[in-house]
Formats: sequence, C-alpha cells, structure tokens
Amino acid sequence: MEQLFSNLALGLATAATPDNIFFCFVGVLLGTLIGVLPGIGPLATIAMLLPATYKMADPTTALIMLAGIYYGAQYGGSTTAILVNLPGEISSVVTTLDGYQMARKGRAGPALAIAAFGSFFAGTVATFLIAAFAPPLSELAFKFGPAEYFALMVLGLVAAVVLAHGSILKALAMVVFGLLLGMIGTDVNSGVARFSFDIPELTDGIELAVIAMGMFGFGEIIANLEQREHREVFTSNVGRLMPSWSEFKQSVMPSIRGTALGSLLGVLPGGGAVLSSFASYALEKKVSKTPERFGHGAIEGVAGPESANNAGAQTSFIPMLTLGIPTTPVMALMVAAMMIHNIQPGPQVMTSNPPLFWGLITSMWIGNLLLVVLNLPLIGLWIKLLTVPYRILYPAILLFCVVGAYSLNNNVFDVYMTIPFAILGYVFKKLDCEPAPLLLGFVLGKLMEEYLRRAMTISRGDWSVFVTRPLSLTMLLMALALLVLVFLPAIAKKREEAFSEEES
Amino acid sequence: MRVRNHRDLWAGVMFFVFGVLFMVLSQQYKMGTAGRMGPAYFPTMLGALLAILGLAIFIGAYAKVNREMKLESVGWRELSLVLFSVALFALLLPLMGMVIALVVLIGVSSLASHEFSLKDTAGSTVVLIALSYLVFAKGLELQFPVWPTFLTH
Repeated sequence: MEQLFSNLALGLATAATPDNIFFCFVGVLLGTLIGVLPGIGPLATIAMLLPATYKMADPTTALIMLAGIYYGAQYGGSTTAILVNLPGEISSVVTTLDGYQMARKGRAGPALAIAAFGSFFAGTVATFLIAAFAPPLSELAFKFGPAEYFALMVLGLVAAVVLAHGSILKALAMVVFGLLLGMIGTDVNSGVARFSFDIPELTDGIELAVIAMGMFGFGEIIANLEQREHREVFTSNVGRLMPSWSEFKQSVMPSIRGTALGSLLGVLPGGGAVLSSFASYALEKKVSKTPERFGHGAIEGVAGPESANNAGAQTSFIPMLTLGIPTTPVMALMVAAMMIHNIQPGPQVMTSNPPLFWGLITSMWIGNLLLVVLNLPLIGLWIKLLTVPYRILYPAILLFCVVGAYSLNNNVFDVYMTIPFAILGYVFKKLDCEPAPLLLGFVLGKLMEEYLRRAMTISRGDWSVFVTRPLSLTMLLMALALLVLVFLPAIAKKREEAFSEEES
Repeated sequence: MRVRNHRDLWAGVMFFVFGVLFMVLSQQYKMGTAGRMGPAYFPTMLGALLAILGLAIFIGAYAKVNREMKLESVGWRELSLVLFSVALFALLLPLMGMVIALVVLIGVSSLASHEFSLKDTAGSTVVLIALSYLVFAKGLELQFPVWPTFLTH
C-alpha cells in the first residue's frame, strides 16, 4: 500500500509539471474537438493526431498527450452520440439509446453532465486499479518465455474475435488477414523484404496510422456520403446542464456498477471496452424496477454504460503497460508512439523508466479531471461544432487525414497508401466485415512471428512446446474454450442478443 | 442449393483469394524448417489458414441458418470523388505546394456531397487554408512546400 502511494506520488510529480499538464490539456481539447465530429471515433482521431507528438523531445509528454487525446476523443464521441444519435465507435452505440432520447426530451444537458461525471468517477477508480495491479502483473510477465507470449497473443486475438460483433468466422478471417498485412516489410531474421514488390517505402512495412485513416476515416466518410440522410441535431434546446438531485441519485449506483464491470472487462485481451458498455446497459435494464423506461430516456442507461466504457478504456492500458501487448487498436497506436520514442513497451518499462510509467498512469487521472473541467463549460462550443453541416465537415476531416498521413514520414507515399485501404475498408463495410480485428492482427503480426520462431528454435522444431509448458497450455486452452463456447448454439444466441441492442 | 447471404459469399471469395495470393507470393522466399523458420514459413501458414476460413465462409453463405442478405449498391460517385481528391493532393503537394494541393482536395472532395454548395465550399476553403497555414506550416513546421516550387525558387 505504501509502495502504491509512493509510486503515485512519483507519477504525480512527473505528470503535474506545467509542461505535462499543458500538453495533457491540449490533448484532451484536441481529442474532444475531433472526437465530436460525427463519424470519427477515437481510433481515427488518434491516428490523425499521432504525428503531432512525434516531434516532442520527451516521450513522457508525448504519451501523456496521446492518452489525453484518447479520453478526449472518447468523451467527444459520447457528446455526438447523445446530440446527433451518431456513435463514433461501437462502444458509444449504447449511449445513443437513452442519451439521444433524453436529448429529444430537452434533457441533453443532464445527459452530457452525467456522462462526464460517470466517466470521471470511473477514470479515478480505474487509475487506482492500474496502479495497484500493474506491478504484480509485470512480475508475472518476467516469467513469460516466447511460448507464453505466443499463446497469450493467440488468446488475445481469439478474445478480440469473440467480443467483436457479427460473424465469428469473418472476424477470425479479418484477424488472419491483419496478421498477413503485418508481414509486409523487412523480415528481421533474414533481412528479406517480404511482399514489398521492390517499392522502397514498403520495406519498412505499412504505417498503422495509414491503415486506420484509410479504413476508419475515409471509408466512414464515403459511407456517410452515400446515405444522404438528414440528421437531427439538438442544439437549441439542450436544457440546463446540471442534473437534478434525483437524476444524480439515480445515476450513482449505475455508475458504480458500470465502473466495476468496465474495469474487469477492460483488462481482458481483445478490449472489453465495447462489451462492457453493452453489458452495463443490459445489467442496468435487468436490475431496474422500471425497465420499460429504457430506450425512452432513462438516465441510468447513460450513466452505467458511460462509466463502464471509460473504466474499460482505461484498464485496457494494463496489458499494454505490463506485457507490452496491445489488446485494442487504440493501444496498438500507443505502442507505435512509444516505439517512435525508442521505448520498447513491456514489463521492463516500469523498472527502467519509472517516471514515464507512473507519470502516464497519474496523467490518466489528471486527464479525466481536465475532461470534466473542460467539457462542462465548453459543451456549448461542441454543440456549435455539431451544427456545421456534414458537407463542410468532411473535407476538413479529409484534410487533417492527408496532412497527418504525409507527416508520418514526410512522404506522399503514405498519402497514396491510404487509398487502397480506403477501398478495402469500403468493401469490408459492404460485406459486413468488422475492421477492428484486422487492425489488432496487423499490430501483432510481426511480434507473433518473432515469438513463434524463438519458441520453436528453443524447442528445436518441436511443436509440443506450446502444450508442455503449463502457462502456455492454460492460455491456449482458454482460447480454445472461448472458441468452442461461442459456437455452441445456446451461447451464440445470447451473444447475438447482447449485440442486438444497437439494432433495436 | 441457394445463396442466402450474398455478403458472406463474396467475403468468402475475397478471403480465399487473398489467402492464396499470400501463399503464392511467399514461395519466392526461403521456407526453412519448424526449428529454423525462414521468411516464408509463417506467411504460408497464415495464407493457408485465411484461404480455409474464406472457404468456410463461402460455404456458410448457403447454410440454412444464415440470414438473408443482399449486396448493397456501390456509391461509385462518392467513392471515386473522395479518393480522387486524395490522389490529386498527393500528386500536387510536392510540385505545387500545400495551398494549391489543399484547394484541389477540398474542391474535388466537396463535389461528392449531394448537398454541394459553391458558396459554402469557397468559404470553408478559405478558413481551412488559413488554419492549415498557421497550424501546419507555421506551428508544426511540417516539411512541405507551401507555394509552388517554381515560384519560390
């Protein structure tokens, strides 16, 4: 316990320098600003703003700013979900259900405020959880050999597939496709440039941000343009901002339950943040004495999922920080940012660079605080932004994407590369293929190959190494069990129900 | 046998083709052995897995339990205009500089909207260019020409 507080104190000393607070603030502001734009989720936002942090001298500052962008983008997404009924990403789909209904009844203000308070509460709890659980997990990670790492990644990817919505087979195929795309570029062992077609820029592999922008940014824009629908934005009648005392009381328990659920599911490999908001909504509906209010503007339906979502988003940092393995596409971008600053994510970061590690963790809390301080007074501004018609917004989004893509390597090649990925993303959308698992596979591709090779070299080509080591066997069995479970008819039906909230 | 889910059918075909493609392309590299894996080993494995998954999805499209799904129409106009504007930006940036490349990007991509309005686009172009100049050229000092290179040199 004492250790915990001394660690947090070190973190606070790092994160609370004027510089770091300033950049955390800038990150939260920029993140919210772009996250509020309809159809842009945290992933595309971070991909767009990632290059801005490359130039920073201090990696701690860069990561703190990125984390700020992440929370900001997520909160911005909730704002859009509540006011325009347009979720920026899957995890805010649930917020549209009751948040938008509240907005239609002139209670957009309280909905936005409760979302902010719930997120702040969840963020505070999750920060302590990370601080408490990261050190023991890092210890465990030092016991991992290559076989365990490989098995862990298999488990993570399988979990990502199970937690994604839609067809499991397609999600699996997307993961494998992503792994294959990750193979493009120079093979570290042999120095051979694989699948590069003698294009020099391809020997370094494809930039993750390019794939994210193409698939999530451009693909989304094209799909939005096609729909030609007119959107209702609740701007004139947001109502008073502060929730009433009874609304506040109604939200306390859902927030606490949502935080518990989100913290737990967020640690799961595969990014439980999405699942946690769905699960929290289902839970609130179940425990409510008046479940018929849900879907018609029940404040519990905003408070619970928003807290769960934020708690999950935050605890998903745990596997990345302790094991060095990103479990969500957003974490993958964080890993990419760390590597740019010559930090290899993994259990050693905590011991070799404690200020960075603890500074990042404490900055999460500061970021959440700034989010509340910033957003409540600025809600009016975000609403103004939402009244800008889409025909003016999307060229601006395109602009930020292409300039962002260019600045990755100061090369127009990356701009050209967004085009095939936009087409691919568009095709995926038309064929109901969820792109998030692909991105995760892409990030893990080279790492997985590396660990597989090492494990097999040590075992001299004996595949049984993965099942004779107990830790590795356990993880592979868990992955298998997950796969078997989702294919069981009864569970498959339940799973469909859990995700079908968004269609109803 | 009747196709129930056309989206699954084509997704299956796509995954199968990509899987086979990666397998074939891998064969130009060394395979190695399980104990000493060459650069072709892992991609070949993955390619085979992807092709098998593609086949399974393809077959699943005929399954009785599958949902009825038709293919959606393709918005060629939106797709081509947006991507064309991006390509033009990449083409123009090194030669004509940021300002002209952005004007073209915004102008061409704006045409993709069914609510296109010349007045709005002109207005937002001016604002966006001014903002880009301040943020990208002055603030972040990104490495690209701002004006056409033949004018500045």
